[in-house]
Amino acid sequence: METLLPLCNLPIGSSSKIMELYSVGSMRRRLLDLGFAQGSTVRCIHSAPSGDPIAYLVKGAIIALRKEDAKDILVRTDVNVEVLEGCDLIYELKS
Amino acid sequence: MNLNLEDNVQIIALAGNPNVGKSTIFNSLTGMHQHTGNWPGKTVVNASGNCKYNLKDYLLFDLPGTYSLMAHSSEEEIARDFICFGQPDVVIVVCDATCMERNLNLVLQTMEITDRVIVCVNLMDEAKSKKISVDLKALQNELKVPVLGTSATRKRGTKAIMEEVAKPGQCIALPPIRYDEAVETAISFLLPHLVNTLPESISARWVALRLLDYDEALMKSLDRHLAINLLESEPLKLSLNKAYFHLEQMGITREEIKDAIVTTILRRAEEITDTVVTTENDVSNNRDRKIDRILTGKPFAVPVMLLMLLVVFWITITGANYPSKLIFNGLFWFEGKLLLGADFLGFPGWLSDALILGGYRVLAWVVSVMLPPMAIFFPLFTLLEDSGYLPRIAFNLDHQFKKACTCGKQALTMCMGFGCNAAGIIGCRIIDSPRERLIAILTNNFVPCNGRFPSIISMIAIFFLWGYSGFAGSLLSAALLTMVILFGIGMTFMVSGLLSKTILKGVPSSFTLELPPYRKPQIGKVILRSIYNKTAYVLWRAVRVAVPAGLIIWIFANITIGDSSLLSHCSSFLDPVGRVMGLDGVIVMAFILGLPANEIVIPIIIMSYLGKGNIMQLASLSELRVLLTENGWTWLTAICFMLFSLMHWPCSTTLITIRKETQSIKWTILSFLIPTLIGFTLCTLFTALIRFTNIV
Repeated sequence: METLLPLCNLPIGSSSKIMELYSVGSMRRRLLDLGFAQGSTVRCIHSAPSGDPIAYLVKGAIIALRKEDAKDILVRTDVNVEVLEGCDLIYELKS
Repeated sequence: MNLNLEDNVQIIALAGNPNVGKSTIFNSLTGMHQHTGNWPGKTVVNASGNCKYNLKDYLLFDLPGTYSLMAHSSEEEIARDFICFGQPDVVIVVCDATCMERNLNLVLQTMEITDRVIVCVNLMDEAKSKKISVDLKALQNELKVPVLGTSATRKRGTKAIMEEVAKPGQCIALPPIRYDEAVETAISFLLPHLVNTLPESISARWVALRLLDYDEALMKSLDRHLAINLLESEPLKLSLNKAYFHLEQMGITREEIKDAIVTTILRRAEEITDTVVTTENDVSNNRDRKIDRILTGKPFAVPVMLLMLLVVFWITITGANYPSKLIFNGLFWFEGKLLLGADFLGFPGWLSDALILGGYRVLAWVVSVMLPPMAIFFPLFTLLEDSGYLPRIAFNLDHQFKKACTCGKQALTMCMGFGCNAAGIIGCRIIDSPRERLIAILTNNFVPCNGRFPSIISMIAIFFLWGYSGFAGSLLSAALLTMVILFGIGMTFMVSGLLSKTILKGVPSSFTLELPPYRKPQIGKVILRSIYNKTAYVLWRAVRVAVPAGLIIWIFANITIGDSSLLSHCSSFLDPVGRVMGLDGVIVMAFILGLPANEIVIPIIIMSYLGKGNIMQLASLSELRVLLTENGWTWLTAICFMLFSLMHWPCSTTLITIRKETQSIKWTILSFLIPTLIGFTLCTLFTALIRFTNIV
């Protein structure tokens, strides 16, 4: 079985596909409304000065999520890392 | 729901995601001829406005911006209830051309409720500049409802909307979404009952879906608006159980139904997007990312934020001085004329005194002190809002607020509170979680509003920076003022943390925040809108309480019992309490009488010390300094005054707003007690400490 990466560990500037959504309750419904659904592509854009929350590009809009919420969204590990102008590229995975 | 309309007026509802330019379209359709109305039973104000097209009258309703109609938040519930029970003749769903997929989610959900939908794809120009193209014809083919493209900021295509609205309605026969066979079968179990019970205007299929995902909020709404209680019907309950059983057999448990429904809609939205949207260049907007790196990244984010706040304050305070004086002089010139007029008409002296020197003077005072700063602050605030910067503040500060168990959006409501706490409390609607919203409402009073700034600044000038002038003086004054503000912000964090650990714990919160693209704000419209929406609204509320308050103050100051006025009796009665707090009876009484507006606290103090019968100001700060020191003020009194000014009951306008927003007397009383008790305790402790150490 393929190992999955929590979304909060997706390096800044890289994108991946959502495979599983473990969030529950109202957060789950809100995430679905915003497009964080199985099969959606997300890109990690940048983080707040303190490292949390983190902004993601999903379905054409930028949505900020807290790390504790983003950890319930699992994405594929073979991330597409591409250099974006205006984005710092961080290769090491953040805790 | 009874909207009390004549029959020939058509109702149009405008729905859409937040930040898609819905209000701009609304304004260009109604030509700013809007009025804010309250919608039955709810506190959230929807804008509504009239519009005439081809001699026909239309009434437009601007629904709250939502991502979905599944009623996860009060905004969504309002939007959904309006579409469902308000019986609009047309629902226009406004979409953002730059992220169609998410917007289509809302379009499809709306189409499930009503069959008269017009899709308006807005921000076509922005999409074009981002190299995203939307094939409107193909979209119309997919959705089978009219689709229009607009660039509302450039007034393109808004006329076509009315043309489309005026066309005779075509109804779509097919439901917009086909679910899995299992769900469709479950729906078919419920349909026969629902078709018989529900009025024709409500889609039975949609209600069936809501029954399946067990949407209690909708069942309550049905009961409230149509007096239909579906869950009490035995045959329906039986069919519902049958439907659940069928779904379970097909491998969908009750918990999974909502997911199944939501993902089907999302898939369909994705499918449509794939056919109609082509994106040349997948990289998100580079210009925005560069701006974001400065405004939300280390090391500039926090300094830029503080600088913006400082600039906004500086412009507000210095910019308000001159117009304030002008209005003050104008209104007081008119007061003289009024007195002459009353004299001419033969009013008895006490009556003209009470009405003019009491009621009118306080009204004039409140207007002249309140209007200019608000007319400057709110447009500036709205400019920041429209540019897209405000959500970034929430983004930057969320981490700090999370430590107090609240969310970054509270920072925005606090910023708004600097302008006016009542406006800040209305702003708390942006916070999704009810618990965090209540915390933000209860603590908003800890940020000083425009009405409290001037008195705090005077105290700093008189007791701490006397003799300083020029640039050094204003710099030091700004620094001290910042300290006072930071103290208030610190208290906000502390009280928020305390509340979330005591009476407001337990309710889980969800935090999602959209960071919209940066946009150039439309300055003219912003000024008009913010003055209309916020300034006029707040001022009107203040004015309504100012006249009665003026009369009461006049009565207190002019009715004498024995050898002194009611006011001085009360002041001497309160004196022991005041002394304990490092103040005196007069100051405490001034705060009490200043309930309608904090602006009049200092004028009441002056009136009491001078033993006059009406509120007044002194010609200069030095006169005020002499008067205050003659009455025993020291720097300790000044500090306690500032502390109590920062932390006492909210003004009456704010209290009324809290009552309206929370729909609860209990929270209103708490919002009165919390800051008052804290202010009283801190003043008392501080005074005791200073007196104990014999510094004063």
